[in-house]
Amino acid sequence: MSDLQPVLPVSESPWQQARRRFFAGRMGPWGLRILIGIFLFVAIGSILLPFDFYNVPQPDEINFVGRPPAWGRPFGETGLLQLDVLTLVVNGGRTSLMIGFLTAIGSIGIGAFVGVIAGFVGGKVDSFLMRLADVFLMIPSLFVILFLARILQGVGGGGMWTLVFVFVGFGWMGLARLVRGQVLAIREMEYVEAARALGVPPLRIAIRHILPNAIGPLVVAAPFIVGGAIVSEAFISYLGFGVDPATPTWGNILSESSKFLQQGNWWWIGFPGLFIVLTSLSVNMIGDALRAALDPRGRK
Amino acid sequence: MVDVAGLNVSFKTALGTVRVVEDVSFSIAPGECLAIVGESGSGKSVSALATIGLLPKDQSIVTGSVRFRGEELLGRPESYMRKVRGGGISMIFQEPLSALNPVTTIGEQIAEVLVAHGRGNWKTAHEKAIGYLEAVEIAQAARRAKQYPHELSGGMRQRAMIAMALAGEPELIIADEPTTALDVTIQAQVLELLRRTTRERGTALLLITHDLGVVAETADRIAVMYAGQIVEEGPAAKVLRAPASPYALDLVASIPSYERRGKGLSTIQGMVPSPANFPSGCRFHPRCRFAVKACAASVPALEPRGADRAVRCFRADEIADGARPAARREASK
Repeated sequence: MSDLQPVLPVSESPWQQARRRFFAGRMGPWGLRILIGIFLFVAIGSILLPFDFYNVPQPDEINFVGRPPAWGRPFGETGLLQLDVLTLVVNGGRTSLMIGFLTAIGSIGIGAFVGVIAGFVGGKVDSFLMRLADVFLMIPSLFVILFLARILQGVGGGGMWTLVFVFVGFGWMGLARLVRGQVLAIREMEYVEAARALGVPPLRIAIRHILPNAIGPLVVAAPFIVGGAIVSEAFISYLGFGVDPATPTWGNILSESSKFLQQGNWWWIGFPGLFIVLTSLSVNMIGDALRAALDPRGRK
Repeated sequence: MVDVAGLNVSFKTALGTVRVVEDVSFSIAPGECLAIVGESGSGKSVSALATIGLLPKDQSIVTGSVRFRGEELLGRPESYMRKVRGGGISMIFQEPLSALNPVTTIGEQIAEVLVAHGRGNWKTAHEKAIGYLEAVEIAQAARRAKQYPHELSGGMRQRAMIAMALAGEPELIIADEPTTALDVTIQAQVLELLRRTTRERGTALLLITHDLGVVAETADRIAVMYAGQIVEEGPAAKVLRAPASPYALDLVASIPSYERRGKGLSTIQGMVPSPANFPSGCRFHPRCRFAVKACAASVPALEPRGADRAVRCFRADEIADGARPAARREASK
């Protein structure tokens, strides 16, 4: 060989490519920045401003409207108990974000597990798991939430775990179908057959050849689940069946404040609402950017 | 070394069982190259997949005998076949881009075959994989080993596939249209490489192709398949120079050649019959220029012809003597 060999470009795996495309865009990085900002705000805020529902100071005056933002109380104060809205928002954010991420982790875990088993094993196991998913899809989840909210009141976390439990219980089916479909499709790919034709053991084919090629859609789905769960929590808490008011969440702050909206105290409803919107927006931006980055047709 | 005898393959379909490969027999000696030639759907790929037990078991019925190193392979459990695949018989696929895992480096994919056949642990296998990439003449093999399939050219990918097939040090490599997806100059290089590496190692090569040019350059012997049967078999040079069966004759005549310039391309009338309704008698007779009544009535056997050839045709002797084709019948028939 001569010394004049071409210099090969730095090798890049498809995952690295996807990461580069994700950060090359505008939506993805900004979504990520907003989400990280919310995280820091909530984490630092809830350390500096702890909240104990059973130990709030006596209000200095009876005031239904609350007090608007001012120096020293940037998000204003609520009516009645004169709670600091900033304190409520940062502590509520902790619970809301936990609900979002626990739901995503739980339903992706169960969905991936069920989908992989169904896709690999096939046959009767596959039919059983998919019919089970159909059954879960048929049950209206709102009904179950209202029902369980009453039964599981003593679980702790003020109802947060009930919500996560129900969100996961009714959130895994779509993911299981997604993963199963992927596994079925990837199983028929020529490189899987080639690996079989060269004697590669089945477990290794499953882990190294099928799984890495099948999880793309799952990665894309994850942020949307986080956003969906946070919005659902707000909706259910608004109905009064979510997390009890002793544990603030963005949803139940909204629920309380909505009763007083007509008095014109926009800050009480505005700030938790803003955070729900921002979180939902940022995870959707991340999800969309991930989808574009992982889409093989958009490869650059 | 590999002896396939009386191989039958049927597929279970919604319309009942359909036999797509019938009574296929061939054997390959170490270092030899046998080419199976035929149109799409003639059963050549299915025969190869049946040989290494890669047809879906719940949808296919394989009977006959496949003997490898003196052992019968048909009916063996999957665990036994896994040792044979890659370690005894390897396979190279047509489309190297889709036959390589897109998210794994090629070095790792070669190492995986080495580990699967106990030829090293994960540490040493990566080193050895580079050696195989060098064996298939990939420059800067150590760096290429760390690259992903999409970073290689088409020819290089197929070289990597060959390296994977060689990694288990098999005694037989089945190459299913290995050069169809490559352009002509690369085709010649890859074929030459495949032939040379297998000959050096004494590895037998079963080449499946529809390209007679590929056969002429590479194969020692040739088996022509039509509608699931072998219709002619023999040394590649002899069969291509003087085909004895009407189908092989027409196939060779359809190759564009310099001598025939200016004339129209020669074609074979009609279509390949579907396995669900093969014609009675000789399966080629509706399209055959030499067909007589007997051809529709009974199936000709694959008869030995000379020391090293075999032909499936009632009129092989007459054709060899220069028989005139019967008048063309209407295309509707």
